[in-house]
Amino acid sequence: MNREILLSVRNLVKEFPIHGGLLGRKIGALQAVSDVSFDIYKGETLGLVGESGCGKSTLGRCILRLLDPTSGSVKFQGQELTTLGKTELRKLRRSMQIIFQDPFASLNPRMSVEEILGEPIDIHELAPSKEARKKRIFELMDLVGLRKESISRYPHEFSGGQRQRICIARALAVEPQFIVCDEPVSALDVSIQAQILNLLQDLQKELGLTYLFIAHDLKVVEHISTRVAVMYLGKVAEIASGEELYEKPMHPYTKALLSAIPIPDPTYKKDRILLKGDVPSPLNPPSGCYFHPRCPVVQGNCSKDIPQLVAVLGAVDHAVSCHYAKEGPH
Amino acid sequence: MEKILEVKNLQTSFFTPEGEVRAVDGVSFDLYRGKTVGLVGESGCGKSVTSLSIMRLIASPPGKIVGGEILYHGKDLLKLPPPEMRKIRGNQISMIFQEPMTSLNPVFTIGNQIVEAIRLHQDLSKSASREKAIEMMKLVGIPAPDKRIDDYPHQLSGGMRQRIMIAMALSCDPEVLIADEPTTALDVTIQAQILDLLKGLQERTGLSILLITHDLGVVAEVADEVVVMYAGKVAERAPTRELFAHPMHPYTKGLLNSIPVLSHDPTGKKKKSRLEPIPGLVPNLLDLPVGCRFQERCRSVEARCKIVEPELLTAAPSHDVRCVLVGGQK
Repeated sequence: MNREILLSVRNLVKEFPIHGGLLGRKIGALQAVSDVSFDIYKGETLGLVGESGCGKSTLGRCILRLLDPTSGSVKFQGQELTTLGKTELRKLRRSMQIIFQDPFASLNPRMSVEEILGEPIDIHELAPSKEARKKRIFELMDLVGLRKESISRYPHEFSGGQRQRICIARALAVEPQFIVCDEPVSALDVSIQAQILNLLQDLQKELGLTYLFIAHDLKVVEHISTRVAVMYLGKVAEIASGEELYEKPMHPYTKALLSAIPIPDPTYKKDRILLKGDVPSPLNPPSGCYFHPRCPVVQGNCSKDIPQLVAVLGAVDHAVSCHYAKEGPH
Repeated sequence: MEKILEVKNLQTSFFTPEGEVRAVDGVSFDLYRGKTVGLVGESGCGKSVTSLSIMRLIASPPGKIVGGEILYHGKDLLKLPPPEMRKIRGNQISMIFQEPMTSLNPVFTIGNQIVEAIRLHQDLSKSASREKAIEMMKLVGIPAPDKRIDDYPHQLSGGMRQRIMIAMALSCDPEVLIADEPTTALDVTIQAQILDLLKGLQERTGLSILLITHDLGVVAEVADEVVVMYAGKVAERAPTRELFAHPMHPYTKGLLNSIPVLSHDPTGKKKKSRLEPIPGLVPNLLDLPVGCRFQERCRSVEARCKIVEPELLTAAPSHDVRCVLVGGQK
């Protein structure tokens, strides 16, 4: 298969400084994303899963430069993003957009649908006339399944699912190629969640979009993604095609995560891998492999040597970061 | 089997300037000793209001329990004077809430808060209550409880805080535990730990649990019986296995179809390339359609659905459904 790389991330690190003491000096750093590398191919959906605090949202924001990465490189269609100036960055934002988790907080309550969708069109000067602008707004509303009549309504008059549709329409207004979807369905009820997932899939097919889909719900991620990356404490633990990852997970964390998914079938009895304890604080990450204090198969050098993300022998598109990765049932 | 709690035709309304909102409109179910009833539905269906009504925690005004009975060992809780109810609440029937951060007081140590609950209901000395609190913390799996007891809530992780809530709720050996979305705010691996903990406690103590959730996966795992609510009414009610094997109400079927299936689903289900969401939105309780409440979103709606509201009738042994299309209805 001939795949074109749309976005490539190399050794990305994002540190947040910790200030303290009487003078508020920098006394330490929290590494939210530590040394992450991966590629996103054109037209695919890369799913990014992990538990809260694993750095998945920070990673998404660093890619779009909504946060400035501490070090590393992000290339979009061969263009380095981390060194771009303000004006160039703004131009590039036409190609890259984001949809946030909370459709209640990410829409300005004082703006009508027309104003919300018109803003990106105005900023990027995409409509030559008033008529063209209005036509484009109707087009966008139609695309995401909003009724024409609601053009002058305000966000509070919509339900959560409809608000998320407005957010999607806003992201699409500038005809982007790449969209970061940061937990776009987590705040929605299951029946509405399914509507939005279908919409995202339809739009991808119709407009040839590429998604980075960030979520903590493994069922949702598997459903929508071509490939899936699992993050733990700022690092990628495992990355593989969706089916491969769910059928042959190699990393003990991935296995535990998969075994924890509640299956809506009461007749099914599973062998659940219960992890000990909580995710450690990224302020004070464990030595060696970050997962070793909770790992059910921890061995000798796990607490000393940091494992690297290496390709799995004999598998296509599968890389894992574990000294003792073994295929096995989860 | 001993019937512990019997909810009969419960009706709770909120009186708003726009009119009376019947949030719970004639809900009935029974809870037996050592069993778990799962109350499922989407936001706004009245499941939390049902649980708060049982505890008599509905803020009045604007809310009011306008009808029905809640029988605890045959005694109607709705007729008890407040001091009597206070003796039962937190002692024989206790509750854990969804948000473990906001349910704990940030300015008191967790030990302080557990001890308060114990001393309110039991005739124990300060030091004996502290011993009991440490014992409860050990029971819910908190490491080094004799040290953690003097921690403040912010020093604990989300999963730990939820364990503290459970420890507090169980500190007076209640017969009934109402758990309102106890794992919704938690990560999957922590959710697995908490569900495992609740099941273990139930086996040991014969606790009866009313579990309120929107996650059908969680219900399938822990509930013995499921009550599906829609717009303030029970849509379907059946033992868990029966409900998942033969869902009858179109709403229940729709909910099940909205959940993504894993490609390597351990129960052998086929992966769906496209989800089948329930179209439309939950109706406004102030402006309900004539006839069935689900008609506007139902895929198999007929003319008669728009005339009379269907009754909750028994369609199969211990399987009740509110739909005219299911056998037994006129």
